[in-house]
Amino acid sequence: MSELAGDTKRDLKRRLAGWDSIIILLTVAVLVVASLSISNFGTGRNFTFLVLDLMPIMLVALPMTFIIVTGEIDLSVASTLGLASSIMGYLWNQGLSIESIIPICIVAGALLGALNGFLVTGLGLPSLAVTIGTLALYRGLAFVVLGDSAVADFPFNYTGWVTGTLGGGVIPNVLILIVPLAVIFGVILHATPFGRSLYAIGANAQAAHFSGIRVARTKFWLYVVSGAVAGLVGVLWTLRYSSARADNGAGLELAVVAAVLLGGVSIFGGKGSLPGVLAGVVLLAALQNALRLQDVSGQALNIVTGALLVLSVLLPNIASSIRSNWQRRKLRRAAAV
Amino acid sequence: MLRSHRRLLCASAASLLVLGIAACGGTTKDNSSDSGTAAQAGASADPNAKLKEGLKIAYLPKQLNNPYSDVEVSGGKEAVGELKGEYKLVGPNDASASSQVSYINTLIQQQQDVIVIAANDPNAVCPSLNQARQAGINVVAFDSDAAKECRDVFINQATTQGIGESLVKMASEMAGGEGEIAILSATPNATNQNAWIEVMKTELAKPENAKLKLVKTVYGNDDDQKSFQEAQGLLQSYPNLKVIVSPTTVGIAAAARYVSGSNYKGKVGITGLGLPNQMREYVKDGTVKKFALWNPADIGYLAGYAGAALASGQITGKEGEKFTAGKLKDYTVGADGEIVLGPPTEFTAANIDQFNF
Repeated sequence: MSELAGDTKRDLKRRLAGWDSIIILLTVAVLVVASLSISNFGTGRNFTFLVLDLMPIMLVALPMTFIIVTGEIDLSVASTLGLASSIMGYLWNQGLSIESIIPICIVAGALLGALNGFLVTGLGLPSLAVTIGTLALYRGLAFVVLGDSAVADFPFNYTGWVTGTLGGGVIPNVLILIVPLAVIFGVILHATPFGRSLYAIGANAQAAHFSGIRVARTKFWLYVVSGAVAGLVGVLWTLRYSSARADNGAGLELAVVAAVLLGGVSIFGGKGSLPGVLAGVVLLAALQNALRLQDVSGQALNIVTGALLVLSVLLPNIASSIRSNWQRRKLRRAAAV
Repeated sequence: MLRSHRRLLCASAASLLVLGIAACGGTTKDNSSDSGTAAQAGASADPNAKLKEGLKIAYLPKQLNNPYSDVEVSGGKEAVGELKGEYKLVGPNDASASSQVSYINTLIQQQQDVIVIAANDPNAVCPSLNQARQAGINVVAFDSDAAKECRDVFINQATTQGIGESLVKMASEMAGGEGEIAILSATPNATNQNAWIEVMKTELAKPENAKLKLVKTVYGNDDDQKSFQEAQGLLQSYPNLKVIVSPTTVGIAAAARYVSGSNYKGKVGITGLGLPNQMREYVKDGTVKKFALWNPADIGYLAGYAGAALASGQITGKEGEKFTAGKLKDYTVGADGEIVLGPPTEFTAANIDQFNF
C-alpha cells in the first residue's frame, strides 16, 4: 500500500510537471484576476451561476478523460444526454414518479454507452466513427421519443434543488454531486492499478494486452460509465432548465472534448491528469463568465476559446521540440569532441 | 486484480444509481404542485409617476445576428435613447433553449433595471428570470413569451388569432382557395410559431377552407441553410404543393430564394411573415405576391417604454393599467400582462418600397 502511495506520488509529480500544472496555475490566475478586476465576478451568486454553467461539462468530462486516456473518444455523450432528457419527459408525461424516472434515465444512458462499447470493443470499430454515428442516432431517437414538444411541469422541489444552494447560501446543491464524483474518478485514475492500466492501454494497447490487461473489457466498461454519467447529466440538465427537450445539450460533446484537451490530456491517449482536466473545465467556464460580465460578445467568446485550445495543443509541442533539438545539439557537440 | 476492476466499476455504477435516486416518496405529474413562482411585488401602479432617467435596460433576443431581431432591438435602442437610459444588447449565438440562461445570470450580476427578453423556451428561462425579479429587475418579454409567472408584461406583436387568420387568408389567396399547403416554421419549441400554427389549423378546419389541405409542418430552426433544405424537401415530397407558408422571416426568405431559383417559380406560392428588405427582390421578380408583418422596430420600442413604465412604477403588469409609449401613443395592459402592438401590415409589390427594415 505504501509502495502504491509512493508510486502515485511520483506518478502525480511527473504528470504535474507538465502542461497540467501550467493550466492549473493559469486557471487560478484567471479566477484571481477576474475577482479583483471585475466587480461582479467574485460574488457568491456569481459562483453559483458559474458552477451551474460548468456542471454538465465537468461531469461528462470525468469519464471522457478516462476514455481519451485509453486513446479512444466518445462523441455521443451530448446526444445520450438529449435522449435521457427525452425519456425523462416522456415518462413524466406517462405519469411515472420522478424517483423512478431518474434511475431509469441513468440506466438508459448506461445501455446506450454499452452499445458504443460493444461496437468499439466487440466489433473492433474505430471509436471516432462509431460515436459520430451514435451521436446522430441517439439524437434522432431523442426526437422520436419526445417529438418536437417540450415537457416542463417537473416538480419544483427537484428543479429548485438543482438550481438552489445549500441552505440558501453560496454553495450550489449540485456540488454535492460534482465533488464526490470528481474525487472518485480522480482516485481511480491516479491511485489504483486500474487507473494505471488505462495509461498503459493508451500508450500501447497491444503491449498492455500482452502484459495481461484486459483491454477490450476495460474500454467497454468505460463507455458504459460514460453513458451512465451522460444519462445523469441529462436528468440534471432537464431539471436545471425545467425543460425536457430532444435538442438539450446539443453540441456539448465538443465543449467537453475541448476542456479535456485543454486540461492536458493527449488525444492520442496515454497522457493527462484529472486535476488538469478539472482546471481546463473551470478555466473555460470562468473565462466565458468573466468576458460576459464585461459585455464581450458571444462571437468573441468563441474566438477566445478556440485560440486557447489551439495554444494548448501547440505550446507543449513547441516546448518538447525545443527540448529535443537542444538535446540533439548537445549530443552532436559531445560527438564532435 | 482483474476482479477488482470489475468490482470497482460495478461499485461506481451502483453509487451513481444511488446518487440518482432521491430518498423520498413518489412524485408524479398528478400529485406534484408547482410552487416555483416568484412573489410578485405588491406595489400598486401610479399612472402619474415620473418616468425615471438613467435606467439600465438590457435587450436579450433569441440570438444575435438575426436580421429580424436586429431590427427589433434597433427600436429598443431608439426608445432607451429617448428615455435617457443605458441601452445594452446581449445574446447567444444559437437559439437553443438553455443558451439564454447564462446571459440572464450575467445581467442579474450587472444589476440592470430592466431585462427585455424574447424567450427561446418559455420554461427554460423561468428560474433565472424569477431570480432577476427577486433582485428587483423588471422583466419584459417581447416577440416570444416566457412563462407568465416569470415576467411582468409581454409585448405581443399582434394577437395570435389575428396572425393565424391572416396567414391562412394569404395562403388561401395564393392557392386559389384549394390544394395542398405546407408550413415551414422556426424551432419546434418557438412559443409564437406554435401558437400561430394552432390557430391556422383551427382556421383550416372551417368549412370555407375545406379544400385547403395542410400536408406537413417542417422546421428550419431559423437557420438559413436548414430552412432552404426543408423547403427543397417539401417540394420534392409533395409535387402538388401549392403554397409554402412560413411564419418566420428566416424561413420565408430561404424558401423564396429556393423557389425563385428553381423551376417551381410561378407554380408554388410563398407567403408568411417576412422582412420587406429581405423579400424585396422576390416580390419584384414575382416569386412572392404577398406577405405580412408588423413593424419589428415598434416592438422593441414599445418594450423599452413598457420596461421604463414598470421600473418607474407607472404600471405593474395588472390588467387595465395604462401608459404612454412615446411616438406610439397610449397602451393598456391586457389580460395576463399582455400588451398588443396592433394589426400586422400586408406587403405587396405596390407598397413594399415604402418600408425600409
